[in-house]
Amino acid sequence: MLVSILRQGSYLLASVHQALNDREIVQFQHDLVDQIGRHRARGVIIDVAALDVLDSFGSRTLANLAHAARLRGAETVIVGIQPTVAFAMVRLGMGLDNLHTALDLEEGLAALERLLQPPPPAPTGQGGR
Amino acid sequence: METGTPEEVPVVQEAREEDLELLPELVTHLRDRRTELREQWANRITNAHLLSAMTDEEIFSMATSVYDSYVEVLETGSVEALQAYARDLSERIIPRGVETYEVVGIVLLLRDVLARSLFEKYQKDFELLNRVLDAYEPAANRIANTVAVSFVRERERIIRQQQEAIRELSTPVLQIRERILILPIIGVLDEQRANQFTEQLLAGIRSHRAKVVVLDITGVPDVDSEVANHLVQAVDASRLMGASVILTGLSPEIAQTLVTIGVDLAKMNTVGDLQGGVEEAEHLLGFQVTRAELADPQRR
Repeated sequence: MLVSILRQGSYLLASVHQALNDREIVQFQHDLVDQIGRHRARGVIIDVAALDVLDSFGSRTLANLAHAARLRGAETVIVGIQPTVAFAMVRLGMGLDNLHTALDLEEGLAALERLLQPPPPAPTGQGGR
Repeated sequence: METGTPEEVPVVQEAREEDLELLPELVTHLRDRRTELREQWANRITNAHLLSAMTDEEIFSMATSVYDSYVEVLETGSVEALQAYARDLSERIIPRGVETYEVVGIVLLLRDVLARSLFEKYQKDFELLNRVLDAYEPAANRIANTVAVSFVRERERIIRQQQEAIRELSTPVLQIRERILILPIIGVLDEQRANQFTEQLLAGIRSHRAKVVVLDITGVPDVDSEVANHLVQAVDASRLMGASVILTGLSPEIAQTLVTIGVDLAKMNTVGDLQGGVEEAEHLLGFQVTRAELADPQRR
């Protein structure tokens, strides 16, 4: 199994266990977006700690995935990016802009909690009610 | 990585076989006149104000050793002993500020002194003098080359060693509170050091599970667009690992330079000084630092 997708409450936890080729990445994207709808997930964590390399296609697909997930109503946090991978990505100019990242699973869950908190009520009367 | 073992210096010119037969005669001549020629050489070194960092006695003992190794090389054609001696000598004299031109200068002087004495000996027979010089010159040039190269290699070895030392000193990653790191960067940030400190930063984030890193560049003398770019990369990479970076210690000059050359650090969280950066980091993680009450009144 290349990727496992587990459900935990209203979150989905996808762990990538080994390097994926382009076809497998696209397959993974389909599966995940599909499951978000099926489980009515509100948050997704993608754990890439097992990857020691992530090419431009891979990181673009991750960004697309997060975007698609948001359209389906779920926030995405990428966790476990290795130091060497992070450095290589910025050196190749592949920042994950507009993407949430966290150190590990625990941090990722905390980040999702924060993201999914209902926004504080507006201070003045207009929007609140 | 270079190991520092000096390989043989390539031979630039080669003497003809029949000329080489003259070398033994040459060596005998140089051995016979050893005292006189060595004296001449030492005098010329002093007159040329070379090796001013060394005393006359030192110059004389060095001249003796070099003269003997020189003749030995002419005799045996093997430069290994001379190479070892030159390396040894370089190791001793480099810390005292002896320059490359001085070392090359003295070897060339010796070559000239010896050549003069050959002119003198063979002036009657021009034909023979030519053949003697044909044998002598390649060997002499090879010796000059060997000594100069050994000296330069020794210098390079010292420079490499020092670079290594600086590199290891350069970027400590310090944890000052749970999940807050400080990285004081000191010195010029070139490509190599920038890569190295970014690696250390990322490894530090991983091992300390840091959430906020304060990057202090008070000790960086000059920030240009290239250095700024390294900083932006370090910040982006940290963010990918889930840590945010606070940049502190931009001096007024550097801030103005960056604005003038149009570097955009808008994405960066910058705070004036290290103290402010630490306070900002504490604030981000919800730490509150309050002054303890002064010692209770009874004990005062």
